[in-house]
Amino acid sequence: MLPRHLLPRSSAADWPTYLEHRAAEARQPELARFFTAGCPEPDTPIAEAPLVALDLETTGLDVRRHAIVSIGLVPFTLRRIRLAERRYWVVRPSRPLSTQSITMHRITHSEIAEAPDLAEVLPELLDALAGRLVVVHFRHIERPFLNEAIKARLGEGLRFPVIDTMSLEARRHRLSTWARFRRWMRRPPVSIRLNDSRGRYGLPAYQGHHALLDALATAELLQAQIATHYLPQTPVGELWS
Amino acid sequence: MEVELLEIRQHMGRFPPFDGLSDDLLDDIASQVEVGYFKTGTDILTLDQELHELCYIRSGAVEVYRRNGDLYNRLGEGDIFGHFSLLRNHRVRFPARALEDTLIYFIPEPAFHHLCDTDEHFADFVELGRPRMEAAVEQHKKANDMMITRVRKLLTRYPVMVEATTTVQEAARQIGEAQASAVLVLDAPGDNPRYTFTDSEDRPWQVCGILTDSDFRTRVVAEGLSPDTPVGELIGNRLITIQSDESVHEAMLCMLRNNVHHLPVLHRRRPVGIVHLSDIIRYETHSSLYLVSNIFNQSSAAGLAKLAPDVRAAFVRMVGEGANSQMAGSALSTIGRSFTRRLLELAEQELGPPPVPYCFMVNGSMARNEQTIVTDQDNALILSDDFDAKYHDAYFLALAERVSDGLAACGYTYCKGDVMATNSQWRQPLSVWKHYFSDWIDNPTPERLLHSSIFFDLDSTYGEEAYVEQLQDLVAQKAPASPLFLAAMARNALNRTPPLGFFRTFVMEKDGKQNNTINLKRRGTAPLVDLIRVHALACGSRAQNSFERLDDIGQTQLLAPGVGEKLRYAMELLSMARIRHQIIDIQQERTPDNDIEPENVEDSERHHLKDAFQVLSNAQKFLKYRYPIPARAGRSR
Repeated sequence: MLPRHLLPRSSAADWPTYLEHRAAEARQPELARFFTAGCPEPDTPIAEAPLVALDLETTGLDVRRHAIVSIGLVPFTLRRIRLAERRYWVVRPSRPLSTQSITMHRITHSEIAEAPDLAEVLPELLDALAGRLVVVHFRHIERPFLNEAIKARLGEGLRFPVIDTMSLEARRHRLSTWARFRRWMRRPPVSIRLNDSRGRYGLPAYQGHHALLDALATAELLQAQIATHYLPQTPVGELWS
Repeated sequence: MEVELLEIRQHMGRFPPFDGLSDDLLDDIASQVEVGYFKTGTDILTLDQELHELCYIRSGAVEVYRRNGDLYNRLGEGDIFGHFSLLRNHRVRFPARALEDTLIYFIPEPAFHHLCDTDEHFADFVELGRPRMEAAVEQHKKANDMMITRVRKLLTRYPVMVEATTTVQEAARQIGEAQASAVLVLDAPGDNPRYTFTDSEDRPWQVCGILTDSDFRTRVVAEGLSPDTPVGELIGNRLITIQSDESVHEAMLCMLRNNVHHLPVLHRRRPVGIVHLSDIIRYETHSSLYLVSNIFNQSSAAGLAKLAPDVRAAFVRMVGEGANSQMAGSALSTIGRSFTRRLLELAEQELGPPPVPYCFMVNGSMARNEQTIVTDQDNALILSDDFDAKYHDAYFLALAERVSDGLAACGYTYCKGDVMATNSQWRQPLSVWKHYFSDWIDNPTPERLLHSSIFFDLDSTYGEEAYVEQLQDLVAQKAPASPLFLAAMARNALNRTPPLGFFRTFVMEKDGKQNNTINLKRRGTAPLVDLIRVHALACGSRAQNSFERLDDIGQTQLLAPGVGEKLRYAMELLSMARIRHQIIDIQQERTPDNDIEPENVEDSERHHLKDAFQVLSNAQKFLKYRYPIPARAGRSR
C-alpha cells in the first residue's frame, strides 16, 4: 500500500490507477465490483462528481480495539442530497459494546443482538458506495475501520479516495497564516468538529450522533464549503485525500 | 418511525402548513426530501425555470421577487415557496435568492400533490390568498354563535295573546297564569298589513301592540286606571318586532336601537314568541346591553366616566366569546353614541332647552359603526338655519364643550385634528354645511380632501336626524357626477399603503426595510376604509359602514367580479387582527393601541395578514386607473 500522505499532490491522480489495479487483483466478487466501478478522474469538476456521504458509529476510536456499530450513507451531488436513497444499517460489532457508546449512539444491546454481522450487509454497502466519491468528516475513522473490518472478513482490505470535510476545515482554520497567527497570539484553535464547522456556514445544529444524520450533516457541510470557498469547477483531485 | 428522520420531521411539524399533518404523513414527506445549500446571494429559483419541487426553508432566509424585480416577499425558517408554480404551469413566476446562507428542503411534486389531496388545511394554505382568507373568516364565523344563531332558538313558548277589548285585569291574569312577562294585543285587521295574520281557525288578526309587566305598573297601577280598562287603550302605536330568522345579534342591536326590553318575534307575519332582554343575556353573558342601560342611568358626567373600565371589559368579553369585527364595531359604536346622547341630555338639563333645533353629528369610525377600543372623538354640530351666532352660539359652544370634555373623561380622546363641535368651523347651520360639502366636492384641494374623508362618514346621534340625512343626500347625488373629486379622493386614498408582510420579528416593507411594529390602522384598516369610501361615493351609496358600502358597490360594475368579496375578507381580517392585538394589550396591562408587534403574530395570522395586505395593495393599484383625472381638468396630481 502506498503511503499516500507522502506523495506530492500532483500524483493524487493515482487513485484511479490504484483502484484499477485492485480491481484486477480482487478475489472477492463484491470487492471486484467496487473497484471496477472506480472513482471519478481527478480533473472531474466537483459539481459533476457523484458523491456519497458516509458515517460510521463505532464503539471507540481505536481501530484495533473497537468495532463498527452502525453505518449511514446518503448519495448526493453539490446540488442535491437525496434522502430518499439514504441507507442505514446497524451491525453486530465483533467486539463488546461499552455502556458509554450505547448512550452516545442511542443504540441498545437488544438492537445489536438482532443485528446482522457486517459481512451480511457488505455487498449492499459496497454497491451503494461504488462509483461515487466518498465524503466523510474525519477520514481517520471511516477508512481504517472499514479497511480493518473488511480485511478481517474477506481477507482483503479496502481503500478508496475520500473528501474529508474536517480536513477542508483544517486547511482554513489550522494550516492558514491566520490560524498560525491565532496560535502565536495564544488564541484557542477554531473547532473543526462537525457541528461547530456547520455553524460557521449557517447550517442548523443536528442532534448527533446517528450515523445517517451525521452523513446528512456531512453532505450539507461539503455543499456549504464548496459554495463558500471553492468554485464548482474545482477538480476533485484538489479536494480528495 | 425512523429516528434519523426525526430531526427533519420535527422541524417541519413546527411550521404551517405542516403543523396540521399527521405523523405518518410527515414521516412520509421527511423521507423524500432532497437537501440543498445556498450561499448568501445565490439564486435558488430563477425566472421561468421549470420547477417540480416545493421549497422549504430549513435555515437561513430567502427573498422572493416579482417578474419586474420588485421584492415580493422575504421568507425565513419554516416558510415555503414555489407552490404557486407547482399549482400552475411549473414555471417559476417568482424567482428566489438566498438572503443568508440557506438550507432548503425540496419536497418532490408527487409528495406535494399527495399532501394537497389528503389534507384540506394544507391545500387551503398553498392555494391562492383568497380561499385561505375565506377559510380564516369562515372558521371565525363558525366559532361565533351569536352571529348565526337565530332568534327563534331563544323562544321557549308561544306568546300570550289577547284581544284589544280584553280588560287589563283579565290580561294580567293570563300573564300570571302563563308565567310570562308580556302579552301581545290583537285586533281585527286594520291599517298595517305587515302585522296581519290568520290563526289556526282561519280568523284574520293584526298584532297591534305589546303590554309588558312594567306597563302594568307604570300605566295601569301608577295611573290608577280601572281594572276594566280595555288593553287596546293602553298600547302605543309604535310596535317594534323582529323576524324569527334574524340573528340573536340583530335582536340585541334592535333592542339597543329602540331601547326596548321585549321584542315580539314574527315568523313572516305570525307572532311566534317574545324575546326578552334577559333571554339574550342568558344566552350571551357579556352584555353591552347592560352597559348601555347603565349609561342612560347615570346622572352626571363623572358617573359616566366611571363606566370607562366597563367598556373595556365588555369589549374583551365580547371578542373572547367570538364576536366578529362588525359585531364589536357596532357594539362599541352604540356604546359611544350612548355616551354622547347621555352627555347631551345632561348638558341640556343643565343649560336648558336649545334655542334652535340642532343635530349632533358623529363622523369617522363611530359614524361607520366601526369603533374599536382605541378611538378619538370626531363630531360636529349642525344647527337650524334659524341659528344666529350672536344670540345662540354661546349655548352651543357650552353644549359642545360639555360633550367633548365628557367624552374625553370616558376615554374618547380629543380629536387631534380638532374635528369637534367645540371648533366654531364645525358648529354651523345646515346651509353652511351644505355649502362646505358642495365646495369640497367641487374644488378638491388637499385640505378639503382631508375634510371630505372625515366628514363624508357621517351619522346623527342626537337631535334632528333630518339635517344629517340632507347632507348624506347631497353627497350621494353630487359625488358620483364629479369625476375630478373622485379622482382626487382616489389619489388621496393611496397616501397610506400596506407593508409587504412579516419577516421573523420584523415588518417587511416593499423596499426591503424592516420595522419593529406596524400600525395596523394606518397601514391596514384605514387605507382600506378610504378605498371603499371612494367606490361608495362613486356609486352614490348612502351607507356609512364599510361592509354595507361594499354591499352597495357590489350592485354596480365598479369592481371586477369577486373583488368585493376579497375586500370584505381583507377588511374583516385586518379589523379582527387589530382588535385581537388590542385585547392582548389590555390583557398584558398595556395601553391598547393600533400597533402590533410581529412577535405577537401567530404563524397562521401572519399568512392571513399578508394576504389581506396583498388584496389591499392590488385594490389600491386599481383605484388610480378606475378614477382617472378628467382630461379637461388639466390638473397635474
